[in-house]
Amino acid sequence: MRSQLRPALASLALLTVLTGLVYPLIVTGIAQIVFPQQAQGSLIVKDGKAIGSELIGQSFDDPQYFWGRLSATEPFPYNAAASSGSNYGPLNPALLEMVQGRVAALKAADPDNTQPIPVDLVTASGSGLDPHISPAAAEYQVARVARRRGLDVSTVRQLVAQHTEGRDLAVLGEPRVNVLELNLALDATASK
Amino acid sequence: MTIHTHKARSLFDLPILKRALIDSLKKLKPRNQVRNPVMFVVFVGSILTTGLFIQALLGQGEAPTGFIGAVSLWLWFTVLFANFAEAMAEGRGKAQADSLRKARRDIHAKKLAEPRPGAKVEPVSASTLRKGDMVLVEAGDFIPMDGEAVEGVASVDESAITGESAPVIRESGGDRSAVTGGTRVLSDWLIVRITSNPGETFLDRMISMVEGAKRQKTPNEIALNILLAAMTIIFLLATVTLLPFSIYSVNAAGQGTPVTVTVLVALLVCLIPTTIGGLLSAIGIAGMDRMIQANVIAMSGRAVEAAGDVDVLLLDKTGTITLGNRQATAFLPADGVRVEDLADAAQLASLSDETPEGRSIVVLAKEQYNLRGRDIHLLGANFVPFTAQTRMSGVNFDGRQIRKGAADAIEKYVSDRGGIFPATVRAAVDNIAKEGATPLVVADGQKTLGVIHLKDIVKGGIKERFAELRRMGIKTVMITGDNPLTAAAIAAEAGVDDFLAQATPETKLKLIREQQTGGRLVAMTGDGTNDAPALAQADVAMAMNTGTQAAKEAGNMVDLDSNPTKLIEVVEIGKQLLMTRGALTTFSIANDVAKYFAIIPAAFATTYPVLNKLNIMGLATPQSAILSAVIFNALIIVALIPLALRGVRYRPVGAAQVLRDNLLIYGLGGLIAPFLGIKLIDMILVALKLS
Amino acid sequence: MTLNGWLQLILYFVVLIALAKPLGAFMARVYEGQSTRLDRISGPLERLIYRLSGVNPQAEMNWKTYALALLLFNLFGLIAVYLLQRLQGALPLNPQGLGAVSPDSSFNTAVSFTSNTNWQGYAGETTMSYLTQMLGMTVQNFVSAATGMAIVVALIRGLRAAPPLATGGIEGVGNFWVDLTRTTLYILLPLALILAVVLVSQGVVQNFNSYQTVLLLQATVDGNGNAVTQQVLPMGPAASQIAIKQLGTNGGGFFNVNSAHPFENATPLSNFLEMLSILLIPAALCYTFGKMVKDTRQGWALLTAMTVVFAVMTLIAVGAEQNGNPAFTPMGVDQTASELQSGGNMEGKEVRNGIVNSVLWASATTVASNGSVNSMHDSYTPIGGFVLLFNIQMGEVIFGGVGSGLYGMLIFAIIAVFIAGLMVGRTPEYLGKKIEAFEMKMASIGILVMPLTVLVGTAIGVLTTGGLATIYNTTPAPHGFSEVLYAFTSAGNNNGSAFAGLGANTLFYNTALGVAMLIGRYWIAIPALAIAGSLAGKKIVPAGPGTLPTHTPLFIVMLIGVVLLVGVLTFIPALALGPFVEQLMMMGQQAGQ
Repeated sequence: MRSQLRPALASLALLTVLTGLVYPLIVTGIAQIVFPQQAQGSLIVKDGKAIGSELIGQSFDDPQYFWGRLSATEPFPYNAAASSGSNYGPLNPALLEMVQGRVAALKAADPDNTQPIPVDLVTASGSGLDPHISPAAAEYQVARVARRRGLDVSTVRQLVAQHTEGRDLAVLGEPRVNVLELNLALDATASK
Repeated sequence: MTIHTHKARSLFDLPILKRALIDSLKKLKPRNQVRNPVMFVVFVGSILTTGLFIQALLGQGEAPTGFIGAVSLWLWFTVLFANFAEAMAEGRGKAQADSLRKARRDIHAKKLAEPRPGAKVEPVSASTLRKGDMVLVEAGDFIPMDGEAVEGVASVDESAITGESAPVIRESGGDRSAVTGGTRVLSDWLIVRITSNPGETFLDRMISMVEGAKRQKTPNEIALNILLAAMTIIFLLATVTLLPFSIYSVNAAGQGTPVTVTVLVALLVCLIPTTIGGLLSAIGIAGMDRMIQANVIAMSGRAVEAAGDVDVLLLDKTGTITLGNRQATAFLPADGVRVEDLADAAQLASLSDETPEGRSIVVLAKEQYNLRGRDIHLLGANFVPFTAQTRMSGVNFDGRQIRKGAADAIEKYVSDRGGIFPATVRAAVDNIAKEGATPLVVADGQKTLGVIHLKDIVKGGIKERFAELRRMGIKTVMITGDNPLTAAAIAAEAGVDDFLAQATPETKLKLIREQQTGGRLVAMTGDGTNDAPALAQADVAMAMNTGTQAAKEAGNMVDLDSNPTKLIEVVEIGKQLLMTRGALTTFSIANDVAKYFAIIPAAFATTYPVLNKLNIMGLATPQSAILSAVIFNALIIVALIPLALRGVRYRPVGAAQVLRDNLLIYGLGGLIAPFLGIKLIDMILVALKLS
Repeated sequence: MTLNGWLQLILYFVVLIALAKPLGAFMARVYEGQSTRLDRISGPLERLIYRLSGVNPQAEMNWKTYALALLLFNLFGLIAVYLLQRLQGALPLNPQGLGAVSPDSSFNTAVSFTSNTNWQGYAGETTMSYLTQMLGMTVQNFVSAATGMAIVVALIRGLRAAPPLATGGIEGVGNFWVDLTRTTLYILLPLALILAVVLVSQGVVQNFNSYQTVLLLQATVDGNGNAVTQQVLPMGPAASQIAIKQLGTNGGGFFNVNSAHPFENATPLSNFLEMLSILLIPAALCYTFGKMVKDTRQGWALLTAMTVVFAVMTLIAVGAEQNGNPAFTPMGVDQTASELQSGGNMEGKEVRNGIVNSVLWASATTVASNGSVNSMHDSYTPIGGFVLLFNIQMGEVIFGGVGSGLYGMLIFAIIAVFIAGLMVGRTPEYLGKKIEAFEMKMASIGILVMPLTVLVGTAIGVLTTGGLATIYNTTPAPHGFSEVLYAFTSAGNNNGSAFAGLGANTLFYNTALGVAMLIGRYWIAIPALAIAGSLAGKKIVPAGPGTLPTHTPLFIVMLIGVVLLVGVLTFIPALALGPFVEQLMMMGQQAGQ
């Protein structure tokens, strides 16, 4: 037993230095040199101030903006400092209530829209920070946003298309629309 | 092949059946039950439900009294059925032991003061005899104890032990000197040196073996028991925790009542591997019993099990692969020698040779050249017997010195006398050897006369048997004293995988050790005293009953028929034993799926009525569902007793195919059978208005 | 499922299997002590570690010494992680000024990371300082993985060892310090380094900044009606930790929602790579095994068994999730898959991943004892949730943890061989080693751990107020049951994923799950080493036609059957009261509409 004590303590210490300090520092060094933007959180900077991250969604419920996923973070939606999903079970009445609430809000903001509502628009993301909606969910909102902003539907649709990302390497993942970037672009268009 | 005589008892012999029924009740003693962990759980469950039943009778029942009573009753049946299976298997052994015991009655022995005929005889009781005592046994006497004939020759009736009614010859010296206590001398007399003390005789050991009194669990049985115990614990945990789960569900869903202890016990008993657990010891005992039916007495269950694992079979050529006797089939004269002269010389040389080979030479000479046998004494000839040094035999008369023997021995003999060994004879010798036959060269003084062609006769059907063994993955090695050339030819003709030529006890032992170092299990047969070291070394060693006492003690099984080919049967029995265990284990576990489908919806019917969708058998009521599963679980033990006793059918095919077939029959069958069985029982319960 | 869905699944399997062979062969070289391309860099480090630790790399250990070394090393690791959490307030690299973690949570987390479970009772971004994440979590991510791999290598050595006569009388299974060091230096560190840098390129953060505050485009309100105009973005050295948590089947995330968090898993490509990393080493180890026993067919057979079960389970779950939640349909919600949306049950899933990548990840992370998530398992449909639960309940042997999955699978192979051996009428042998009572005893102990931790743990959980108090989805009742069942299933099998609604950062769960994790790890690891030791002392029986081949489809089917049957028979009653009832309820609702 005693003969294994020294190796146990010494290997733990040495491997701790190696994998706990040297390794993360090397990765940070490479990251900061080669991919500084990504390593710092892919921040969107406007006038020298960070106004968001390309990767982190923000909460929108103003009808003139595209709305994103529901967010279950506490104490307010899209709280990036405390990521969380709803964790509602599929038969939990609270889930159905939440979905019902979003459906009602969408209908209230756009009473004439009779299209079926894409499911990602009425459900909460796992992170509570999902920056994307599906192209279908964007299309569902195009008419509403255009009307509220006094823009042509085709202009808005074009903006949506510009901010739609295809699958990575043409295969991976799902096509998606970055809500924050789209809304920033909308604001930029309106102010022209 | 042997003809099995009286031992093939019908599977359900009436007296055995009767005794087994009584024994299954006797076996209810807790001391008995605790030895089998699976059945002990059932035993405890039976007591528990009986208690609940009594509680219900007093009006405090957790479920309807009739239901608890019925479950309890069938749990007791489950225990009894398992006991019955064991008792049945034991019963067959006991019946055998009874008939053996009759042979062991107290016998009056004629103790001799010294080992010679006519010495002073003192009549004593056999039970007072000790190792080393000398006794005289005469016609009509029973041999009092195991021993070795030191003088005389006699015909002995050994049917009490072997079941073979034809008398056998026992004589002093050589390999037929061992006599067994309890057998009877029919003619002539023997002086026997006693070789065992009372209680340690072959008969005693045999009785205790067949009775299973000293039955110890075999290694595989122990390993299987561990697995079964683990499964039992798993199911115990799965069932016991179901109570808290059920309480939670009732509270959270706000309806129904928690599952009852009766149902939990029923579920537990259905899930634990009772089928194999209940039949496990019966399978082991029945395996021993099958050995006895094959007229082989195994000294331990371990040996039987090891037989199933054998990788290499060492088989003596003579008697096992070939018929015991080689026969002379032709005389091949040397250049310038008349064939009649060769035949005449060969016959003369063989007149006193009492070996089968010698006799066959006399006969051949007579048949082909009309040479009649002559009396060697009238010729005034001197017989020169075979010795290991000269490796020749022959006669000396009229100044002639006729010899016959192995080619190299004769060559030496001839050249020592200034003669030459002709090349044509050498060629003939080689040709004969290549054919797998034995050449015997005949010489008269310095003149080589020619060669006798002695042919080995390979037993009919043996080649097919070896092919079977090969498919089973068992390698056969032929052991022979022949030269490599001859051995190779016979090996090819018989279809063995390998051979050991010019074998001596030492090379035999070395071969066994080599194989064992390579991780292989070796089986062999033997009868002579010089076989004893090899027998002791081999993993499975079958001694011939006709063999010497030393051989019988070195081996771990004795073939009463003294048929070396029996080893193949023993291997099959060993395999069958394991297969039966494996098959029933698989069957038992596969059964559980259906039982879950029967019991789970029923157990939670009040809390989650929606679970009734899983009642795919459409069982009438929750209670009938549970009861049907319990009844099926009990009855399947009885239904499988014949299989446990008879063993799973064995076919000599490769391991992969055996596994596939058995998985289909016992795995898939075990999955499906209980669905049908439980449904059927449920329908009967409904029809009888018991649901 | 859409055509693209199938494509993504197939691509994943093809890449995984294609990488298994080269990586497996490389690892075999590492464990055989042969030269590799990394010798120039790792070699000097390796020798330095031996010298400073006083290790003689040539010394063979018997299984008991090996186990002792392993236990000591893990014990010290556990103490270190505990102390780091308790003392982090006073230690550097803590820009958010996070205070000491509670004793029970610290215990739970220390056990969790040393046992390669990486169950997270805490939310990373609000609990752990950068120092704790690096010196505690990241280090254990490496060495707990290396520990698992060391054990399986010891077992493989036992399986192939010549009898002790040939090795100087020691029934040796290797040297733990060598296996630990070489695994870390030659396998884990290089792979993690590459993956971490690629992940950063995709947007996974890697810095030592304090959290970044940004202005919101549209203000929102919190629960109390106060206006919120800012968003605080968490930062930290995430990529370096995430790379190893995926590769080492650890799974403990840098952030609370693990790889659902965009900073932890930013793009579908990062998602693919992280997902690949979950199964990469477990798959490759199968090949390593085959290589080391000099019969690669044996390795392929195990890999095939694992892959088949994984594929089938994944397809079931994808089908269930893609079908969506029938309760949404009457509200006018569209759940059908199309080119414009992935559809299906999107609750708890990210749009960039859609159904296929969420479920494929969930299935991979549960068959392997990884436990990282990119979607919330608690919100899965009953059948989807059942698949994840049962994936773990098969004992984490379908891929399983790095090392631990394979040694678990080898234990199942031993049981399968035993039953099959009986059925062909021959004392069972695996790779020529006879399987006897001792091996069966150890294997039985191994399979007993599951019902013990999972069922008994769950029973305690649903009976005590401590366990009941933090159930989140109390309606319907079966789902609440599933939450507790999942927690103990995950802890007892060292998975680490959760039905995360359950509030697990309580005294009860921190303690109970901590104990379950300890038992779940070492109760199998020690018997596995014991088997290694026992087998090392046995002769190798040469194979013949009477030997049951263990690389054929038939044996693969048999092995799958044993794994499934043990899982099914142990857990069917519990599953019936959880996901099965819930599914029947869901179907009932659907029928009622």
